[in-house]
Amino acid sequence: MIYFKLYLVFFKIGLFSVGGGLATLPFLQEIVDKYGWITSEELLNMIAISESTPGPIGINTATFVGHNTAGILGGIIATFGLVTPSIIIIIIIAHYFSKFSEEKIVKSAFYGIRPAVAGLIGAAGFQVAKISLFNMEKFNIRKNIIHIFNIKRLILLGIILYISNKYKKHPIVYLISGAIIGIIFKF
Amino acid sequence: MKDLLELFAIFFRIGGFTFGGGYAMLPIIQEEIVHKRHWATDKEIIDYYAIGQCTPGIIAVNTATFIGYKQKGIIGAIFATLGLVCPSLIIITIIARFFNHFQDYAIVQHAFSGIQIIVIALIINTVINMYKQSVKDWIGISLFLISFLVIAILKLSPIIIIIISAAVGIIKCKDMDTKEIK
Repeated sequence: MIYFKLYLVFFKIGLFSVGGGLATLPFLQEIVDKYGWITSEELLNMIAISESTPGPIGINTATFVGHNTAGILGGIIATFGLVTPSIIIIIIIAHYFSKFSEEKIVKSAFYGIRPAVAGLIGAAGFQVAKISLFNMEKFNIRKNIIHIFNIKRLILLGIILYISNKYKKHPIVYLISGAIIGIIFKF
Repeated sequence: MKDLLELFAIFFRIGGFTFGGGYAMLPIIQEEIVHKRHWATDKEIIDYYAIGQCTPGIIAVNTATFIGYKQKGIIGAIFATLGLVCPSLIIITIIARFFNHFQDYAIVQHAFSGIQIIVIALIINTVINMYKQSVKDWIGISLFLISFLVIAILKLSPIIIIIISAAVGIIKCKDMDTKEIK
């Protein structure tokens, strides 16, 4: 029964991948090697699409693999399999967290954790910025310092930083504007 | 029922406009959950995200489940998560059916590059906001900088950083009164 198998495989991925969508990759490779539902090349293509479409990458990939293995219902079942462990585990944690969040040890742990989380989200943003704003390949060919920076993109970043701090519109407004500007100015 | 549908709708919007990993959802969560509805504080969102990072599963799903549970219990957790995954289910199913080479289209690449810049700008704002909320002293500054550098350059696992910083926090606050810890 393919649906049941899909559910179990993605349940396992949801249960054992700790630390975000990319942590699911080794498990997805297992689908290629062990079950042969998709090829390695198809998987890479699915991940590339999942990264550039709306939605968390892990969910997108699960829907994609499920769909290409067993149709629309397959996509739904794979995604439900992936989120089931999260729902169970987080409900249990959230239940106790609200009870213990005022305890000294919990408060002092989060006193240390919060600055670190700000730093790690900064690092995640930095990884995207590195790829998006800098152009090391072009610099290596032309050896001209000006080519390191992607000027057009840096200008847009500056403008958006200024506007978003001044007007504080909903983030979705900026995201849609970004897509339109990207298309018009061929980013 | 109205509250549950609202939870679903909020996370549907978040799912539909998260480009990248779980961190990319934070600017919209801050807007929808903290600023507009006051369902949680900025600090609580950081806490949920930190827990979501260290527990099994997709961080975005974990964070959504947490907020949903806090708001409306188990059924709220389920509605929030369903809302979050629905856009993915719809969009990916359409792409899988009709556009096998979706990311090869020039228009898609241009749009995505534009969106990426916005995500960077929104994340910069979010990090500045989080920094203001959570860094109180030189220990906070050090934890912020070390975690940024260690992950950006050494590419260590965020989970290790969170565990170490929790230990630092516990040691730092050892002699403090519970009410003093903010």
